[in-house]
Amino acid sequence: MADRKIPEINAGSMADIAFLLLVFFLVTTTIQTDAGLYQLLPQWVEEESTAEPPKKNKKNVMQVKITASDQVIVEAGKQPAQINFDVLSLKDRTIEFLTNNGKTEDLSEKPTMAVIVLQNDNGTSYDKYLSVLNELNAAYNTIWNQASKDKFAVAYDALTKEQQEEIKMKYPKFLSEADATDFDKKK
Amino acid sequence: MSKFKKGKKSKELPPISTASLPDIVFMLLCFFMVVTKMREADIKVRTKVPQITELRKIENKSLNSFIFIGPPSNQYQAQLGSAPRVQLNDAFAKPSDIMAFATQRRTDVPPGQHNEMTVSMKVDGEVKMGLVTEVKTELRKANMRRVFYLGNRRSTKK
Repeated sequence: MADRKIPEINAGSMADIAFLLLVFFLVTTTIQTDAGLYQLLPQWVEEESTAEPPKKNKKNVMQVKITASDQVIVEAGKQPAQINFDVLSLKDRTIEFLTNNGKTEDLSEKPTMAVIVLQNDNGTSYDKYLSVLNELNAAYNTIWNQASKDKFAVAYDALTKEQQEEIKMKYPKFLSEADATDFDKKK
Repeated sequence: MSKFKKGKKSKELPPISTASLPDIVFMLLCFFMVVTKMREADIKVRTKVPQITELRKIENKSLNSFIFIGPPSNQYQAQLGSAPRVQLNDAFAKPSDIMAFATQRRTDVPPGQHNEMTVSMKVDGEVKMGLVTEVKTELRKANMRRVFYLGNRRSTKK
């Protein structure tokens, strides 16, 4: 065999080259973190046009406040305020408030009338704020999912845009954020 | 073929071929190239994001811009201290710079997609809401109202 004469190309260093490339990519890249909690911020309005906000029956409003010391205060409808509320049970409480449908006298009449107001302090930590916002969103998502399963027998995410709108009409998301309080400047 | 083998029957074990090693490593390389992305900006602030459950994927990454808020990372703390800062693109910024930042971003995006533009906020969990609210107010003024609060997935425990 004549071509036996040509020495075999040593591929041993090929691995080294590839490893070098690998290390380069490991260093210069990050694992994708491109998912988050979505929120549509309200339209900015100039101060002058402060129309009187529509008066809401108190039992249709659930107030969630986070103090400067990261304490959560929940005031659902006409029920007495709950101080030092556990964030993990906030979702169930919110669902209870939203889907009351007039069962209990002092909670919301209808899901279409129920409003959640979230208020935080300038001293609140972002960690606490986001976990509360997360729970409130989780409540809506759970309700939508349940409604979707009852009506279309599939999960909410699997629905078409129109079907999702239909569910959202029945359980609209009225989640507003009040202006932040400022505990430090109050004194 | 058997004629050849008979002649030089080797007594020692043949060396293990490493020829497939580059292939394996290249496969690893390709895997990492697919699942990771290039770091677009040098992140100068430390952001340890909170753990949340209601995550939603950012649909169109080319229409998305990043805002980082957190204490400056170690090499900048000597000059800037440890108070939380806002970072837009590559540089530290004030919340009032967001308006210009938004205008700049709009020029990069075709006009038809302006209302699909999103902002991802990567905020350290320790940051106080005062600064975050300021940034949110500026975003509202700049009409960049679709916001993602980036977070790590928390396993839902029942």
